[in-house]
Amino acid sequence: MSALLLARIQFAVTVGFHFLFPAMTLGTALIILISETIYLIKKDETFKKITDFLVRLLGLIFVMGAATGIVMEFSFGTNWSGYSRAVGDVFGPILAAEGVIAFFLESVFLGVLIFAREKVSPKVYWLSALLVFAGGHLSAFWIVVANSWMQTPAGYAINEAGRINLISFTDAVSNPSTNIRFYHTVIASWITGAVMAAGIAGYYVRKGLHGQTARTMLKISIILFAITPLLQLATGHIHAIEVINMQPEKAAAFEGHFSTAKGVPLYLVGFVDEQNEKTYGIYAPKGLSFLYDFDWNSEIKGLKDFPKENWPPVNFVFQVYHIMAGIGILLIALGLLGAYLLWTEKIYENKLYLFALPFMIPLPHIAHETGWISAEVGRQPWIIYKLMKTADAASVVVSAGEITFSLLMFFLIYLLLAVMFVKLFIKIVQEGPAA
Amino acid sequence: MENIRNFQELWFVLILVLFIGYSLLDGFDLGVGALMPFISKTRQEKDILMNSIGPVWDGNEVWLVTGGGALFAAFPHAYATAFSGFYLAMMLVLFALIFRAVSIEFRAQDQAGAAIWEKSFFAGSTAAALLFGVALGNVVYGVPLDNKMEFTGNFFTLLRPVPLLFGITGFTAILLQGASYAVMKTEGELLKRSFRAVSILVWVNLITAIVYFLTIAFTFRDITSNWLFYMAVLWTVLWLSSIFFSVKHKNESSPFWESSFSFIGLWLAVAAVHFPNLIKASNDQNLSITIYNSSTGLQTLKLMSVIALIGMPVVIAYTIFVYRVFKGKAKSSERY
Repeated sequence: MSALLLARIQFAVTVGFHFLFPAMTLGTALIILISETIYLIKKDETFKKITDFLVRLLGLIFVMGAATGIVMEFSFGTNWSGYSRAVGDVFGPILAAEGVIAFFLESVFLGVLIFAREKVSPKVYWLSALLVFAGGHLSAFWIVVANSWMQTPAGYAINEAGRINLISFTDAVSNPSTNIRFYHTVIASWITGAVMAAGIAGYYVRKGLHGQTARTMLKISIILFAITPLLQLATGHIHAIEVINMQPEKAAAFEGHFSTAKGVPLYLVGFVDEQNEKTYGIYAPKGLSFLYDFDWNSEIKGLKDFPKENWPPVNFVFQVYHIMAGIGILLIALGLLGAYLLWTEKIYENKLYLFALPFMIPLPHIAHETGWISAEVGRQPWIIYKLMKTADAASVVVSAGEITFSLLMFFLIYLLLAVMFVKLFIKIVQEGPAA
Repeated sequence: MENIRNFQELWFVLILVLFIGYSLLDGFDLGVGALMPFISKTRQEKDILMNSIGPVWDGNEVWLVTGGGALFAAFPHAYATAFSGFYLAMMLVLFALIFRAVSIEFRAQDQAGAAIWEKSFFAGSTAAALLFGVALGNVVYGVPLDNKMEFTGNFFTLLRPVPLLFGITGFTAILLQGASYAVMKTEGELLKRSFRAVSILVWVNLITAIVYFLTIAFTFRDITSNWLFYMAVLWTVLWLSSIFFSVKHKNESSPFWESSFSFIGLWLAVAAVHFPNLIKASNDQNLSITIYNSSTGLQTLKLMSVIALIGMPVVIAYTIFVYRVFKGKAKSSERY
């Protein structure tokens, strides 16, 4: 295998593993903030127990994210030095800003959340919960800025030496896809946290454990579970329109759409025959055109408008994108069902729904992973859309042998971390909140 | 064009500050990790040591993340060359930092496997503490570079005597940070052993520091006319010596500060000998990566200066606030 392909696999494995944890972190931080806010106002011990329990889980989740996150920052230099040399002017300050503005805030105040319940006043403790939430979301903002700049670069110019120069940081930060990608990513994380908490609380309620604490936690998380996937439908819709406008070949690959046409269908499931440039499956006629601007006959650009060497792997992107979308729809249904059961107060006795809840925990993870894969693979062959190819970005001095070694090590270490994480996660859940 | 050189020089200083901050702060928790088997015996004593660093180690590691980000943003060629050129060494640093980090949490949650996680915490802390100095030693001593700023050596290039000496010097300084931090945060038997560790490590540090300064003086002849170098030597030796008195008077908080100040002296020597280089080329001085030939544009450097000069004071302020929350001796059961 070539060094380039190995470097890409290593990045995919390490970032794919890493992202599981920040997604849980943001969602958990949200529920902690909600619960601690109610505790501050109502002084009801139930909410304190929920906070303390989730803080314990967050400690485990966060350390996994931090330990695997530092790998990502190093990897731009270790494996993508060609990229780093070219984009330091724009990409460097974004990463540095993430450190200064976000990481410090999150890490420093997480120490207070985990260790200082008894050492600080309730207000300072609440403030720490707020700052951990803010720090986490600011981290998400900056890394989404970094990614969005690679998708829809702005605020730069290329000088005589062929280097990318910063012209306007504000333009680079508010490039056309930052906002919507940020909302889409953050809400994906909230869904992840909501379903995780609902899964745990559902398990407790079904087993008759932790009484009122479990029921309250279930209530908070089910309300979030009902709202967030619906919000995600809206952000997903706006994001898709943005991609059609800004990265039409990626959008065309999402839908396996080859020839520019009016009244383009929307596939529910399907298969792309890349050789014959045909897509088969179950579709809603004119669906994509309608969703684009609520006109059944609007025109959508097809892949054939672009040179074939600049196409992403179409069927692969089609499939991962549809997995994401499918799970998104499923989560809307499951969340609304939960809300209905909560509204009618049947949820605490509905054994089937409670039984199913813990099994839903992986669903948002699969959705956010496949969502990222479609965004990233859909951008190929570019590392920076229409500016730099992935093939030109890799480190020239790092050999295939060296990457094979590191990839193998990452694989083994991350396997160990995954096993330990699941084991300790279950252990913390079994110990449960304070009585 | 406004004078970009001023900003390049400013960023040499700011990155130095970030790396010093990292070495002092993560230095003490890596040091505690590397010393843990030697100064603690019982499970409870290990709990105390873990709790002494538990709330703060992660914030300390952010200094490295930010330092790396700042290097990327100010001098991307230096970042790219060092990280890709020292590939396997960087991977070892990452593996060490991963194990150090997760071991703290896994040990706290996994009673049955605690002994294993203590070992991997020790191993991760020790390896990271050693490797940073070796990496720094290499960029200061010089590595072979080509005319595209790419590293042309291999893994064994990194293991030459002078860089290894830097590694050992940094390692002993980190151990002293850890021991003196333990003195500040512990009581009873643990405190006695930590004091003992400090008094041994002061001697060790005096020896490694003197060898380090002499090696620098003999390797880089020009340095003997640089006042900053002499200041650095004097500074480090003075602060190390004052630790003897603090130990004698059983002062529990000053050794940490004295150790930190002496560590800064080691860094100042690097600054004196290295400026304006970032990665010295051992094969041809003209191929060296300097602050002048590897920086980003004026616009980026200005922006970064605003972010750093507004952001870092805020960060330092709330970091001090949180350290004050955890002031005093660590206990064995503070968690949750």
